[in-house]
Amino acid sequence: MRLKFFLRMIFYSLLRRRMRMLIALTAVAVGATIISGMVTVYREVPQQLGREFRAYGANLLIIPANEAATFDTNKISDIREILSGHEIIGAAPFLYERLEINKQYILTGGTNFTELQRVSPYWQIEGAYPAAGGREVLIGAQLAKIFSPYEPSEIIGQEVTISAGEGTAMKKYVVSGIVSTGGKEEEFAFMNLDDLQQIVGKPNQISIAQFSVVAEGDSLKTLEQKISSGVTGIQPQLVQQIANSEFNVLSKLQVLVLLVTAIVLLLTLICVTTTMMAVVTERRKEIGLKKALGAANENIVREFLGEGCLLGAFGGLFGSGLGYLFAQSVSLQVFGRGIYFSVSIAILSIVLSIIVTGVASLIPVRIATAVDPAIVLRGE
Amino acid sequence: MALLELKDVSMVYNGKVRALDGINFSVEKGEWVAIMGPSGSGKTTLMNIIGCMDKATGGEVILDGIDLSDVDADKLTEIRREKIGMVFQQFHLVPYLTAVENIMVAQYYHGLPDLNDAMTELKRVGLEDRANHLPSQLSGGEQQRVCIARALINYPVLILADEPTGNLDEANQNLVMKIFHELHAEGHTIITVTHSPDVGREAQRCIVLEHGRIKS
Repeated sequence: MRLKFFLRMIFYSLLRRRMRMLIALTAVAVGATIISGMVTVYREVPQQLGREFRAYGANLLIIPANEAATFDTNKISDIREILSGHEIIGAAPFLYERLEINKQYILTGGTNFTELQRVSPYWQIEGAYPAAGGREVLIGAQLAKIFSPYEPSEIIGQEVTISAGEGTAMKKYVVSGIVSTGGKEEEFAFMNLDDLQQIVGKPNQISIAQFSVVAEGDSLKTLEQKISSGVTGIQPQLVQQIANSEFNVLSKLQVLVLLVTAIVLLLTLICVTTTMMAVVTERRKEIGLKKALGAANENIVREFLGEGCLLGAFGGLFGSGLGYLFAQSVSLQVFGRGIYFSVSIAILSIVLSIIVTGVASLIPVRIATAVDPAIVLRGE
Repeated sequence: MALLELKDVSMVYNGKVRALDGINFSVEKGEWVAIMGPSGSGKTTLMNIIGCMDKATGGEVILDGIDLSDVDADKLTEIRREKIGMVFQQFHLVPYLTAVENIMVAQYYHGLPDLNDAMTELKRVGLEDRANHLPSQLSGGEQQRVCIARALINYPVLILADEPTGNLDEANQNLVMKIFHELHAEGHTIITVTHSPDVGREAQRCIVLEHGRIKS
């Protein structure tokens, strides 16, 4: 009955003092909104930016172990299993072999072009990627100049003869496009992996696999170790430039967001403390009355902390919802992608609001306990 | 033995301002005493000391066998809670609680709040039909009656009323005085502090203060 009446008292104290409650609730809710929003942004920024970074190419390479030239394609599915839980943007297998194209030895890569486009979206293609199952080949821009010195683009649509070398069967392929990357790839030719494996007689063999994984610096290193110990016959390698710059940018951004969150938390604390102090000042007479009626200091402390915590809970509840909308809008505006509502962040912001309001109430509560009950007799 | 006994009680503020000087009187159980005097005579200071909200700087105050000059602030709060029922001039009801909840507040600080007991006290002052009204929805007279019901709820040994009719019109003043007469008839010990001769005359005995001393 005592607890029931206590709850009734603090509940009505908020409910029936609507204007005052609304001001205090707004202060807490605004704080909770920003905190919940910032925490969501803090959590989401690495993931969202991680995806953005994937446009710069693979961040994890898989090469054969023990100086072998190739490894089995099945290893890719084993690696995918280890990476489950992380978003894999793409995993492009490559087999590199020297082929004779139009009587010239050219380093040729066999790959899965669907995966390649995911891993290396920055490749510029004039024409088109080779169609799956079609006898088509993609020529690097430098190579195109060799085949068609006056007008390299004229090579597109023309037939080239390809063989594994002298004395092997020659096959005709159509050039589907020219690739420009600004890198070594411009000197290579590319065809479907199955075709290359068949031509060179290395079924299910690849020389390298390029993975584009959404993972932050440290977790990527952990993944590298897991793959290294979990899959035999291969050796994982991080693409250091990409991984390092990604890690640096993300770390700096996270520190920035963390600092902003900490400052907002401090400002919220000050704001709520000020509001609670105003509430206490305004209720000096009520506190004096309760003490005149025999309330001990503990009773007054309990009531004000109770009110503060209730206020924090309601403010946190509103704030976590509004914070999600804030973070959602930030994510949509900046990254063009939505984010999921996180129950854990909602609970965190409610708990944080309760703690902040509780802590913010401590100074006013100390003032409250110092109120002299005699003020009610003096009519002050 | 007297319920309340003051022996040579004095109160000096900041070592200079002498608000009370050598006050001696006693109040028997069941007695109704009025403390009167003009503004600045020391009525409020005396009321604070008797109501356990302040401690005298000199002399002895014995309430129901307890020497108030000997106890700390926490004990004073406890004595106030257990032994005194207060009625204020400005009613002082908690604005966000209903009439019955305002009575239950006093129960809450004393022990267990009980709706039935609170309703019985409200009925006693004729306000059972106003139980769920907020103070802002009650007239001055009604608020004062709620205040009296709150003062009675914990069965205090002493009812201390500060200008209980000071903010009331004549009709409500009569109503409140009638309740005080009923309480006195039931055996309650009452001290009213007032500057009104009419209210003072209702008590059995008047103590008149002037410049911190008992004039008569």
